[in-house]
Amino acid sequence: MDSAILGCSGICVRFGGVQALADIHFEAMRDEITAIIGPNGAGKTTLLNVISGMVTPSHGTLTFEGHGITALPAHERAWSGMVRTFQNLEIFSNMTVLENVAMGCHGRLSLPAWHSLLRTPKSRRLEDEVRREALEALDFVGMSDLASATAKDLAFGKQRLLELARALAARPKLLLLDEPAAGLNIAETQVLADLIMRIRDTYNLSVILVEHDMELVMRISDSILVLCFGQTISRGTPAQVQKDPKVIAAYLGGDED
Amino acid sequence: MDPSSLLQYLITGLTLGSTYGLTALGFTIIFNTTGVINFAQGEFVMLGGMMSVYFMHSLGFGEPAAVVLAVLGATMAGALVERLAIRPVRDCPAINLIIITIGVSIFIRGLAMLLWGKDTHVLEPFSGNQPIMFLGAAIMPQAIWVLVISLFLLGALKMFFSGTIHGKAMLACSFDSKAASLVGIGVQRMVLLSFMISALVGAVGGVILAPITMTSYDVGIMLGLKGFAACILGGLGNPFGAAAGGVILGVLESFGAGFVSSAYKDALAFVILLILLFVKPSGLFGLKDSKRV
Amino acid sequence: MIWLAVFFGLLMMAPALLPNNYYLTILILGCLHAMNAVGLCLLVGHAGQISLGHAGFYGLGAYTSSYLSTTVGLSVGLSMLSGVALTVVVSILVGLPSLKLKGHYLAMATLGFGIILSILFTETVDITGGPSGFVGIPRLSLFGFELRKDVTLYRAVAVMLCFIVWLSFNLLHSRVGRALRALHTSERAAEAMGVDIARYKLLVFVLSAAFSSIAGVLYAHYLTFIAPSSFGFMFSVELIVMVVLGGMISVPGAIVGAFFVTVLPEFLRAFENIEVLLFGAILILCMMFLPDGMAGGWNRLWSWGKARLSGVTHG
Repeated sequence: MDSAILGCSGICVRFGGVQALADIHFEAMRDEITAIIGPNGAGKTTLLNVISGMVTPSHGTLTFEGHGITALPAHERAWSGMVRTFQNLEIFSNMTVLENVAMGCHGRLSLPAWHSLLRTPKSRRLEDEVRREALEALDFVGMSDLASATAKDLAFGKQRLLELARALAARPKLLLLDEPAAGLNIAETQVLADLIMRIRDTYNLSVILVEHDMELVMRISDSILVLCFGQTISRGTPAQVQKDPKVIAAYLGGDED
Repeated sequence: MDPSSLLQYLITGLTLGSTYGLTALGFTIIFNTTGVINFAQGEFVMLGGMMSVYFMHSLGFGEPAAVVLAVLGATMAGALVERLAIRPVRDCPAINLIIITIGVSIFIRGLAMLLWGKDTHVLEPFSGNQPIMFLGAAIMPQAIWVLVISLFLLGALKMFFSGTIHGKAMLACSFDSKAASLVGIGVQRMVLLSFMISALVGAVGGVILAPITMTSYDVGIMLGLKGFAACILGGLGNPFGAAAGGVILGVLESFGAGFVSSAYKDALAFVILLILLFVKPSGLFGLKDSKRV
Repeated sequence: MIWLAVFFGLLMMAPALLPNNYYLTILILGCLHAMNAVGLCLLVGHAGQISLGHAGFYGLGAYTSSYLSTTVGLSVGLSMLSGVALTVVVSILVGLPSLKLKGHYLAMATLGFGIILSILFTETVDITGGPSGFVGIPRLSLFGFELRKDVTLYRAVAVMLCFIVWLSFNLLHSRVGRALRALHTSERAAEAMGVDIARYKLLVFVLSAAFSSIAGVLYAHYLTFIAPSSFGFMFSVELIVMVVLGGMISVPGAIVGAFFVTVLPEFLRAFENIEVLLFGAILILCMMFLPDGMAGGWNRLWSWGKARLSGVTHG
């Protein structure tokens, strides 16, 4: 079995006159935490959007578990096991915490709509299963006591955990995290780091994460991709990337002699 | 199909289209300043025509005075609507405001029905009934009035929005009302102004068209609908698009009535509008909706 | 569900409380309007879409069934089923391109379809009888028994209304309802969770059209006469008003809103000339003082009442 869970080849994205991504090639390995980093405007979130299907590349191909998914719509990518969180929290604010997490199960535990319309026994059994799985995911992130709270009333840190629990409920094979530590303090970031590693080990999934927080990235990543102005400038383990002069120059600016 | 008939249809279409365009412009001005679609816009158009008839036939004013008074009256009505029905609920969700404007349109229609009855009325053409022959087509002098006044009004509005401080302030409100108020623009006053201008523009459209198509208490409904359609056709929020959309709609309707059937002309106009919407969802001149992900 | 049983009971008892048959007409119309409103509530309040042309589906069901049961000569039951089926097909054809549009553009597309249908009803005189209407529609009959008495027909309509409400409740409390609320709040996140947005929007659109057409066929075979003026733009607007007055996301609210809008003109009839004026004024005032509709007002009343009661017991 191919050890790469996701492959990008020749991905290019243009927004009007701006080349957001130019000729990106990379592979994310199975069971690894791959981080995508780079200075502001590097194209990190754009790449994540391409992978999850929210942005269509002008060139290039994507493969997931060996299958080509370049033309696959976003919601079908979720069905195949690729689930993401959002940089600007996109929780369902008017629904309860439990309902939010239950949405994670939507793609996986499904029935034709007429079952729901007629409230068949099958649909009732499905609802019980969804409830069980949602509670399990909430429990994993330590939020079971908040199950009936309204999502918009939660503290910011808890809302971030909610998005994570929602993604977990989908039992993804690949988890895409878009700046999960944004807005969290040092203590909360530590908790997040441990949580991500625990998730990877317990749920047996692969993670791709876009992040600015270097401590988090260096601590938990198995592999890093560095972007700058839409192009790949480095690829490797944290130790390798930290020493790469191109990376240092991109973040700190080059020597001007 | 002889060219003089074509010309005839074109002139009719331009005439109708001018009123649709002015109505659409009214929609756009209010939409740009408040984000609300004013369903009562058609009633301002109706008030223009009906009030002119009232001032002239019941109160005995001469036509020029009656027309001016009618337009002023409609403008005041616009101000009243803003003050009484819109300002108190400024922060309502959009759908509530839309229902309120629907309520306002029903109210104004009811008022017109009460005051002036359900009859159809004729307003005298501004300069007589003698058709002018031009390249084989018979053109009503009123049609020329319609075109000239519409163009004049469009020009005046353009000068207002790009030339005067009030006009530019209104544009600022439409782009970002919070930022506008932070730089000292009285947003509430701009909203009032936008309602008054829309009412004025609509009323003028109603007055100039009334001699050609007759007027009654319920002409506002269809006119309002077509004005809205013209807005969408031209791209919602774009004043130039609104005016152009109105003209295009009028011409399509006229040719449709001529070539296909008079009964189905409205349906034809909407069919074409729908086809356009499916092909170019943001209207002819609308900006494509770009989202930041 | 207890709520629904109580509602059903109330509906069944209602005729006994009415002084004469005229009020029964209002009740039947109220129920038919409520069927329309419930469907529209799902579409507007829950899926977050808009339709300014739903009267078209109401009329399409009515005219199709009328035509099939008279000119073509099918049985009433078969005509009604066909009326609903045809409307469902048309709604799919309309919905597929339209639901890609958003906001005012979607409003315009649905508005356009509604008007086109309305014009067709008026102009295709050979099929529909034109502006003077379609006469001679056979009375509603179930399993061969003609429901000649109004009360019996009312009971049939009431049962159908409760069935439609039951279906709607089921939908809203299921994974579909959850998906609708999700896509109403954040389409992107819903998509990321595997919700096929286009399919769900279409599902609700078609379902609401189906409900409207069911009301339409019942209307035709109750009144035995229909005219295009009942199925025009103004009725589409009335339907939206019913839903918003009820409190957009509330199905019971939509039913109350429907009855309110149906009954109000009857009260205003006494005022003759200012009837229309008053209707407009009441609409404006309702929206100003009950911004989240009657359901919202009811919720606030309920909370206030509970707070007062607990204050009393603690005091």
